Amino acid sequence: MAFVIYISFSAILLLLIVAIAFYLIGRKIGRREGTSQLHYGPPLAGMPAPAPPQKATAESSKNFSPNAESLPLESFLCVLLVLEVEEMTMAATFAKRLIGSRSTSTATTSVARAFCSSTTPITATLFPGDGIGPEIAESVKKVFTTAGVPIDWEEHFVGTEIDPRTQSFLTWESLESVRRNKVGLKGPMATPIGKGHRSLNLTLRKELNLYANVRPCYSLPGYKTRYDDVNLITIRENTEGEYSGLEHQVVRGVVESLKIITRQASLRVAEYAFHYAKTHGRERVSAIHKANIMQKTDGLFLKCCREVAEKYPEITYEEVVIDNCCMMLVKNPALFDVLVMPNLYGDIISDLCAGLVGGLGLTPSCNIGEDGVALAEAVHGSAPDIAGKNLANPTALLLSGVMMLRHLKLNEQAEQIHRAIINTIAEGKYRTADLGGSSTTTDFTKAICDHL
Amino acid sequence: MRGLSMRLFLVSLRVFMVITKFCSERIAKYAFEYAYLNNRKKVTAVHKANIMKLADGLFLESCREVAKKYPGITYNEIIVDNCCMQLVAKPEQFDVMVTPNLYGNLVANTAAGIAGGTGVMPGGNVGADHAVFEQGASAGNVGKDKIVRENKANPVALLLSSAMMLRHLQFPSFADRLETAVKRVISEGNCRTKDLGGQSTTQQVVDAVIANLE
Repeated sequence: MAFVIYISFSAILLLLIVAIAFYLIGRKIGRREGTSQLHYGPPLAGMPAPAPPQKATAESSKNFSPNAESLPLESFLCVLLVLEVEEMTMAATFAKRLIGSRSTSTATTSVARAFCSSTTPITATLFPGDGIGPEIAESVKKVFTTAGVPIDWEEHFVGTEIDPRTQSFLTWESLESVRRNKVGLKGPMATPIGKGHRSLNLTLRKELNLYANVRPCYSLPGYKTRYDDVNLITIRENTEGEYSGLEHQVVRGVVESLKIITRQASLRVAEYAFHYAKTHGRERVSAIHKANIMQKTDGLFLKCCREVAEKYPEITYEEVVIDNCCMMLVKNPALFDVLVMPNLYGDIISDLCAGLVGGLGLTPSCNIGEDGVALAEAVHGSAPDIAGKNLANPTALLLSGVMMLRHLKLNEQAEQIHRAIINTIAEGKYRTADLGGSSTTTDFTKAICDHL
Repeated sequence: MRGLSMRLFLVSLRVFMVITKFCSERIAKYAFEYAYLNNRKKVTAVHKANIMKLADGLFLESCREVAKKYPGITYNEIIVDNCCMQLVAKPEQFDVMVTPNLYGNLVANTAAGIAGGTGVMPGGNVGADHAVFEQGASAGNVGKDKIVRENKANPVALLLSSAMMLRHLQFPSFADRLETAVKRVISEGNCRTKDLGGQSTTQQVVDAVIANLE
């Protein structure tokens, strides 16, 4: 008797949850028709949703045509029916992300950009950042002006109050500026400690849909490390994987964390990796995975990489297990060329490669987003202890600026500035404190300008 | 890294990390006890709790609790990407490192690469009732027919692992003899397999070790 009551209660509960879920789907699909293709973040209680820009509606209706790859309704239903009742909240969060992210364009990204002439100034957003950020941003501006780079900087600073439209210290205007200019340079930002807001890097990544993080690592001649022949690029998927943020406590003392891999995101990053390899004359792309253990998640990632590899027969494609990759990187980094990996492995490997060439102070990095948005950034911290003392090393931000110029197809000036930086460091006369010298930031900058 | 895994249309979903307090405490206790018994000064916990706040947060909590019981041993924490960078630049700053499953795999292989490769790293798997000793890092020195046919496999890793096994079985004198012999053969340098840059076969290295055993 008690058993019958238990069964009927569970059945009613399940039906209730399914009904609520269908209602939510209906609302969500209905709302999606009217929103722009840009993901504005979660709706805020009590604040009106920001008005979507006019031109986006045409594009969003174009992107809304269902193709084989976007089956939000079916996927959502499967998620509901298969996952257990106590994981309902997790499923809802995941499904929200799934539906939210599907409304962006699929694998085709416009990476090539045409500019009328090299004399029309291009507007680019500059986030000087905190700590040593403003000093090194000054350095970049000076070098770029001396080299005659046609860029007009639009500077934006991190605010001191939380902007409710972005739920963080970055203002709506800053994000709009990057979306408009499609290119930006970011210095180190220190996330202020406190609750109730998202981290700045996370805000940028989510709002601008920056899906790939590209870090070229090459040994700088003149700065000796244990490894002399490093010349590789790490391309890391930046939106999902192990960093989806879906964790929950099952019972006291047991915590579960979800890893999400989607075909859309894997295809996107694989496409970018092969495209990058082709345009930069690289011969090999290696996909890093742990598919022997995580057969379905990393298996899906690998399948997507293989599909893209077939379209580029002139580029060699290989797959390397992550632990083997770590070993090979430390023993012989010359074995690798372009590495493409999901989020967690990418995080660890890109920092490892930065360590091989001399640390984060010398590593450039660029985040690629949908529609050809590129945000180059310096990945080191804001170093508050040396802020304002003219001791900071601007190399990372300068090299990131060079990456930005290459993205903008200003290859001549990029090459010029790059050579100047390499030569200055190779000469050894002007080096900042972290490289073992005693020059100030301004001296170092002046030396680079002299080399131009 | 275990748990349920499912494939839903074009999305792969996996419970990727299950961290339990029981297991975290167990490994932390083992790490500190090992450090204490082997005269190690420092234990470093490797984590990614800035992103996986709950999961690695639980792991770190357990480590901190155990650390309080060993005041003579320094305890610190490091994020896994910073850790890999430091390992590559300055590996001498690390002593004992305790990690959850996935990071441990990566860190162990990175450290093995820095120390000379899979051919020389010993290792062991310890449980409550049993212990199995094997090479410390398995990438690369495994299942290669070519190496077996040409007798180029490096026996040093397994020999050092068996020394660890002897220590576990409380035969420290035998363990010391074996380890000293192996280390002497390596440092002499004229009997090394291919992965260490030499030309010897497996059998020659083993004969040299036996010859060096007093």
